[in-house]
Amino acid sequence: MAVADAALRDSPEHHKPGGISSSLLGMVLFIASEVMFFGGLFGAYFTIRSAATQWPPEGTPHLDTVYALGLTAVLVSSSVTMQLGVWAIRRNEQRRLVLLLAVTLVLGVTFLAGQANEYRTLIDEGMTLSSGVFGSTFFTLTGFHGAHVAGGAAFILIVLLRARSGQFTARYHDTVEMASYYWHFVDVVWLGLVSTIYLLR
Amino acid sequence: MAVTESRPEAAAAGEHGISPQRHPIVQWLTTTDHKKIGIMYLVNSYVFFTVAGLLAVFIRVELAEPGTQFFGEQRYNELFTMHGTTMIFLFIIPILAGFGNYIVPLQIGALDMAFPRVNALSFWMLPLAGIVLFSSYLLGGPADAGWTQYTPLSEGIGAQGNSIGTDLWVVALLLVGTSSILGAVNFITTIFNMRAPGMTMFRMPLFTWTMLVTSLLVLLATPVFTAALAMLFIDRNLGGSFFNPAKGGIAILWQNVFWFYSHPAVYVMVLPGMGIISDVLPVFSRKPLFGYKAFVFATVGIGALGFSVWAHHMFVTGQVLLPFFSIMTFLIAVPTGVKFFNWIATLVRGKLSFPPAMLFAIGFLTMFLIGGIDGVFLASPPVDFALTETYWVVAHIHYVLFGGSVFAVYAGFYYWFPKFTGRKLNDGLGKLHFWLQFIGFNLTFFPMHILGLLGMPRRVQDYADLPNWVGINQLQTAGALIIALSTAPFLANVVMTMRRKDRDPENPWDGNTLEWYTSSPPPAHNFDSLPEIHSERPLFDLQHADELTVHADATTTGAR
Repeated sequence: MAVADAALRDSPEHHKPGGISSSLLGMVLFIASEVMFFGGLFGAYFTIRSAATQWPPEGTPHLDTVYALGLTAVLVSSSVTMQLGVWAIRRNEQRRLVLLLAVTLVLGVTFLAGQANEYRTLIDEGMTLSSGVFGSTFFTLTGFHGAHVAGGAAFILIVLLRARSGQFTARYHDTVEMASYYWHFVDVVWLGLVSTIYLLR
Repeated sequence: MAVTESRPEAAAAGEHGISPQRHPIVQWLTTTDHKKIGIMYLVNSYVFFTVAGLLAVFIRVELAEPGTQFFGEQRYNELFTMHGTTMIFLFIIPILAGFGNYIVPLQIGALDMAFPRVNALSFWMLPLAGIVLFSSYLLGGPADAGWTQYTPLSEGIGAQGNSIGTDLWVVALLLVGTSSILGAVNFITTIFNMRAPGMTMFRMPLFTWTMLVTSLLVLLATPVFTAALAMLFIDRNLGGSFFNPAKGGIAILWQNVFWFYSHPAVYVMVLPGMGIISDVLPVFSRKPLFGYKAFVFATVGIGALGFSVWAHHMFVTGQVLLPFFSIMTFLIAVPTGVKFFNWIATLVRGKLSFPPAMLFAIGFLTMFLIGGIDGVFLASPPVDFALTETYWVVAHIHYVLFGGSVFAVYAGFYYWFPKFTGRKLNDGLGKLHFWLQFIGFNLTFFPMHILGLLGMPRRVQDYADLPNWVGINQLQTAGALIIALSTAPFLANVVMTMRRKDRDPENPWDGNTLEWYTSSPPPAHNFDSLPEIHSERPLFDLQHADELTVHADATTTGAR
């Protein structure tokens, strides 16, 4: 039974060379569903915004666009370091991967801290989830994004710990690729958020 | 670790190595075998089917007479909310995923699903969701704003949506949705990456094809519903204002996001059923399915169009572009019509036999046709304006989801039961089950068309004592009791067959798709060997290998 199993499993057709591995395909599909999740939230945002007579509504605190662009720079550079890490492990540079993952993680946590700081400022100025339709959409969209950044950071932390114990090689590093896909996705969602909430006035 | 890294399906191999000393219950609770998970899906969903069916009987008993008999308005609202929610989210969608779990890997010659542990997670969220949903009966009353939970009803601003039941409804559906999404990722990856050598996409059995398209729908539609649920939860519990017009929100927004999911979900609930029928009809006609590729393209077409018709549920809101959504809705009847030609042409001049699986398949064919036609009426906005608040819509949804999905589920159950257990269900009891259900179903739901045309409003616990209304309603209640009764021969059949000692042949129906190549029930690793696959009917090719060779020679010679 085990023999038949192994024979079937190792047949070349089951592990198609050049094809996408199951874990990566699974990640891509999962990200597709996440895109639709944020699509639903963005759809709600635009529907509400298009029906509003004034946007942002009166009494909304000033949104600091420069600060948001600073956060954007942090997150985008973390995407760059993540990708450099992927390229490193593709060349089997394990120590470089650990270093780049650590930098990515620090940048991700910096982003989260920066976002928490902005939340504190806005809440001090009276804008909350329940303060009105702007607060509801703002905190829901950025909040779900922040939760995804936190999830991605946890993922990267696990990958980092595994990388430190030398579990990834040029040949076996699907998990690193998966984490990078997810991290880039989170980054792109943020670009969408900054454009719609801060830039598109 | 390096091995798991490249091949996550190795998790399944790990399980085969587990010592057999473990208690069977522990084995079932910890299994990652797609077959055991599939069986658990089927059993769990069937339990919720009986619970939701019981709620339906309560509804019909209340409606047997005008006025209040057993359930007041509040209780009645709760009843039909829980009936619809349970039937759709805890029975139809999961039970079809259950067939998919058991059958898809076998049909494509895979050893398991691509992510066996994720698969187990998908399953276990379902009983949990059921417990969360029904715990509301103990914690202050269940949800009461209908299975659609329209805002502002579900916001708790008025008389409805005030109990914790609505919040539990939201949480339960978040669980069901997550389970569906993870399941969809699993099915798509399995079907794309784990097909046996020679099993090209256009050689896949049609049930597998429909599961693929269904999974794509689930993957892209369900997350939008998840977003809607999150917003509803924020509105209800954290002071949000998405759906609250008083605070700048838009109540209609809920209907848009809800139906953006729930209309594709209609196809999620019926496409796998069409797939089951397309595997059953050819076997009992002794012919291949007529127009395999046309069927596949029709399935893909329904999947694609399914995303562009959601607003036909919202014609009466006056907030949607009527011509566009009306035309798209008429259009989606076309690929469905193509499939009817596929099925009927398969039957024509076939060597027909009528075991219960075939009876249920033909039941699907006829009942779903009625459901399709009375649905096309509603695609026309003026007709919809007149009928949308009446029992016509209730008739339509039940002809599609009961006459369609439930008949297909039973067809699949009678067809694959020998695969699950090695034993065929009893023919006589199966036929009794079919006829009782067929008669009960039509008695219950066909008169709803008439009541709808007469203008009887749906979702209301009481009705006016107008000429014939009481008589028609009592006929329906009698029909509902016959449906309930019809499950008795089915359950008796399952119990009796399971207790039987002797086994039926491994391939009792002479099926030609790959799941019948392995033993019944299959070994833990599914296949000891795989045949060469040259067509969508590998077993037929094996039986007729000699003729095929001759034929191949002839064509080669002819070509020269």
